Amino acid sequence: MSAVMPRAREPFRFFTRCCLTMMTGVKARTLRELTDYLKTAPEAVVYQHTDRFLRQHQYLVPEPSNDFAYWVTHMLQDEPLGEQLAAIDTIRFHSLHELRRQLVTVMESHLNGKKELSQAPAGKEFHFLSAVRFSVPTRYQAYDLVQFGRCLQQVSIASLYLHLFEARLRTPLGINDFSHWLETELREKVLAEQVAGLDLYTHTMESLRAKVTGLIETRLHELSHAAT
Amino acid sequence: MPQLDAYRDIVGGQTLEELYLLARYLKGKSVQHVNSTAVGGGVAEILNRMIPLLRELGLDATWDVIKGGEAFYAATKRFHNALHGDAQEVTAQDYQAYEETLAENLAHMRLDAEIVFIHDPQPAALVSRRTRNNRWIWRCHIDVSQPRRQVWDFFRPYVEQYDACVFSAPAFAQQLSIPQALIAPSIDPLSDKNRELSRKEVTAVLDRLKIPTDKPLVTQVSRFDRLKDPLGVIEAFQMAKPHINARLLLVGGSADDDPEGAQVLAEVRQRAHDDPDILVLPLPPTSHLEINAIQRASSVILQKSLKEGFGLTVAEALWKGKPVIASAVGGIPLQITHKHSGILIHSIDGAAYWLRQLLNDPAYANRLGKNGREHIRQNFLLTRHLRDYMLLFLSLDHPGADWIHL
Repeated sequence: MSAVMPRAREPFRFFTRCCLTMMTGVKARTLRELTDYLKTAPEAVVYQHTDRFLRQHQYLVPEPSNDFAYWVTHMLQDEPLGEQLAAIDTIRFHSLHELRRQLVTVMESHLNGKKELSQAPAGKEFHFLSAVRFSVPTRYQAYDLVQFGRCLQQVSIASLYLHLFEARLRTPLGINDFSHWLETELREKVLAEQVAGLDLYTHTMESLRAKVTGLIETRLHELSHAAT
Repeated sequence: MPQLDAYRDIVGGQTLEELYLLARYLKGKSVQHVNSTAVGGGVAEILNRMIPLLRELGLDATWDVIKGGEAFYAATKRFHNALHGDAQEVTAQDYQAYEETLAENLAHMRLDAEIVFIHDPQPAALVSRRTRNNRWIWRCHIDVSQPRRQVWDFFRPYVEQYDACVFSAPAFAQQLSIPQALIAPSIDPLSDKNRELSRKEVTAVLDRLKIPTDKPLVTQVSRFDRLKDPLGVIEAFQMAKPHINARLLLVGGSADDDPEGAQVLAEVRQRAHDDPDILVLPLPPTSHLEINAIQRASSVILQKSLKEGFGLTVAEALWKGKPVIASAVGGIPLQITHKHSGILIHSIDGAAYWLRQLLNDPAYANRLGKNGREHIRQNFLLTRHLRDYMLLFLSLDHPGADWIHL
């Protein structure tokens, strides 16, 4: 089978990701303060408050898709706005800039026409945090599909998250690292599209791992039949 | 002392692999921790475990303790309380004793590690003699969000000479000109206080302490201190009592050397006197195994503090899979998501209401306990703490960066 197996010039190097949380020292007590700071906050702040990797995908705890929704609902007691913010599909956006714009638009349209703003109780203010992200090379790398499939089964879910989710925020925008490599290095256009077509939102990281592994196994099966 | 691999079954291989990956970039890096006490207190407890594990990971980690006399410790006690926001009479002599003591320490200490890691206000001013060749971190374990202005004005210029500082909770911090990392403290799942115990070990401890087990136990573990509101706990228990069949256990550190503690203990005993379902049990501060066993034997754990630091006793109870009812103060809301991984309360009435609910709905109580244990596994164990410290060390070489590619 290896005779027909396409081999990459550049291997796929698996990285993993870690995050260190930093504090900005800025806090908001009202929706106005929240919106005003969010407009100009560094992107690392937007990232920190909308990153659901740990909670939503690893531990399967249902909760709003961003910290703003939680705070508005529980501390400002504004359930309609909380619901609107929670409904923002954070994964749909290809840049933190776009995501921020959507959050601010929803908040500002809610602010329009409001004369009185509720205030969070003392001690329940919104503390703006930011994230320092690290990408760390792992020992896993693959030159062909067989090796790639093996690595996929070994790497951490933080690594899967980095290559499937976060890659979409980097250039080439909107494309995950796996699809990019499969297409450009192995010329596996169809497989690359199948991986890109997976609905990231409705799977846990482990089920995404199983899906991608399944697609690779199917393709390997096709290649082995073509070789015989 | 257990080595890193002993944590594999608890946190999983991937967590350990992540630690080894990060440590590759810090191999041989010297990190000198400095605090004010070698024994007793949460900082010493964590450093005792942290240093050997950092060394096992290949860092050259060391730990020094500053020395001081009575005047120094009296002053730093007042500073500590004032930084917490309590009114204190701080005098010019206090500041003088502080600066003189640190100058004496500086004369004998070499602070030349690549990273100097200073814990809490007592040694904070050591930074005044820093050179620019190394990095300095200040780790603040206390809540300085509403300090007495005069004392904070004294410390702030020292703090801002560091490269970075670390707080345990966003609400504990100040606006500062240096980067501030958010790193929560942790518990060690393999310590005597937290390790798994067999049923036999638990029973042996309860028998030795003469704690009856004929009724479900509701327990608060804390010093006999007004801020832990033991009288409020008794009141909540008595409000709930007509609807539950349980026994309340108030267990905590001995109050022999603390006049106010002794008075609180006496009041607690008096209030509990007529109620055979309330047990008051002062224990020596080294009773880690006993506390562990009592928590494991309990059906519900209370932490009805009026004010709290981070409140790691909550993490210890949650780690044992117990449903916890705790006040929404200090660092407790970071450990409990209300109605998901425990119960957050704001009053005696709230404590009584939830006590009834949890004792009468054990399935729900169990679910809270299970979620709580997972939350602690992911966020408040020593391995996460090690990872965060290593990330902080690495970030010092990339000031201002929000994406670091190693």
